[in-house]
Amino acid sequence: MVGQILYALPFLAQGFALTLWVSLLVVVLSLIAGVTLGVGLVYGPAPLRWAVRIFSDTIRGIPILVLMFFVYYGLPAIGLHLPSFWAAVLALTLFKTAQVIEYLRGAVASIPKGQSEAAMAIGLTFRQRLTYVIFPQAFRRFLPPWINGVTDAVKGSALVSLLGITDLMQAINQVIGRTYEAMPLYILGALIYFAVNYALSLASRRLERRFSFIRE
Amino acid sequence: MGYALNFNLIWRHFDKLWGGLLLSLELAVISIAIGTVIGLVLAVWYVSAGRTVRAIIAAYVEFIRNVPLILLVYLVFYGLPTVVDLAYSAPTSFILTLSVYSGAYLVEVFRSGLEAVPRGQLDAGKAIGLTPWQRLLHVRLPTMLRITLPALSNTFISLFKDTSIASVISVPELTFGAQWINFNTFRIVEVYLVTTAMYLVTGYILLFGLRLVERRFRAAR
Repeated sequence: MVGQILYALPFLAQGFALTLWVSLLVVVLSLIAGVTLGVGLVYGPAPLRWAVRIFSDTIRGIPILVLMFFVYYGLPAIGLHLPSFWAAVLALTLFKTAQVIEYLRGAVASIPKGQSEAAMAIGLTFRQRLTYVIFPQAFRRFLPPWINGVTDAVKGSALVSLLGITDLMQAINQVIGRTYEAMPLYILGALIYFAVNYALSLASRRLERRFSFIRE
Repeated sequence: MGYALNFNLIWRHFDKLWGGLLLSLELAVISIAIGTVIGLVLAVWYVSAGRTVRAIIAAYVEFIRNVPLILLVYLVFYGLPTVVDLAYSAPTSFILTLSVYSGAYLVEVFRSGLEAVPRGQLDAGKAIGLTPWQRLLHVRLPTMLRITLPALSNTFISLFKDTSIASVISVPELTFGAQWINFNTFRIVEVYLVTTAMYLVTGYILLFGLRLVERRFRAAR
């Protein structure tokens, strides 16, 4: 049994690398999209605010699995052919973007109104108010939940295995298909996911403590 | 584009979706009920326990919360029967998994709620001569529930959405029904539009109901 698992380790490592790659792509792309749309939600004109609100509430209201099947099977039906890897990344990114929008909205909303009023009073422009007053403070509120949410991205990436992409989850299933060593391999897989995510959540907790001097 | 929407085949097989939705709700309700019991017991135990028990409960919570649900579902359905002499159906297996999974999330919710109960309330309970059990039952738990209701609603809705993972072990819930129609009729866009709407409407009805309960029991000022 140990021999078989050792033999499969390079294959599992490849799957793990793909899990990390998918997670990284999703985290970076959703950060860019989510912060952009989040600023639109907080400061944009009414039609943009409504559009972002509807997007976020719809995406967060359905299971990520349904969203993934919708994107994966639905896009080719309307004539858009994406490789399955990118369809999976797109679906996971859409989901994560909706979360990032809410983290950003929450972080900005937690900054007392007096801050932006004071910035206005000393004559800062809108852009200056955001750059020098709001964002530096909101950033500290944004970071801990966002890092905590990165663990969701890593966990969510396991769903790409259902689209035939050989990530860690799929690699484990394939090795089980050959060796019939279901329990040891699932436990090994669980420990790998746990190690990555636990490290991330510890980092999140440390940051939270470090930024806890900020008061309401 | 060149894709004309045609919902006829969806309505013809709508029983797959409707029956699926009912099964999704059933899976969610049973798992959440068991998970709530696990969460309450462990949270109450945690706040009054010594270091060893706390470490064990924390290990359970951290392990479950940091592993993908899909892996836990596979582990319980395909892995566990190879090492223990148990036979169970896919729905039972999923309920077992989601109960243990939701338990881990709910321990956290209840634990932080218990810690947020004002000290003065417990002292007041002591002052009027309540026993520790009475203080727990009549002071601590009701106050904790009021404090945790909003977080609790969000966790419940999130767990309802997690039932879609049951489709990977062929439990015929809503997502499985959607896939069945997808593969058998190829009305792909239509079936996922309808399924999305069903999840959204159900989720928002649940949310609305839970918000009403929250308003009814909002912590007294």
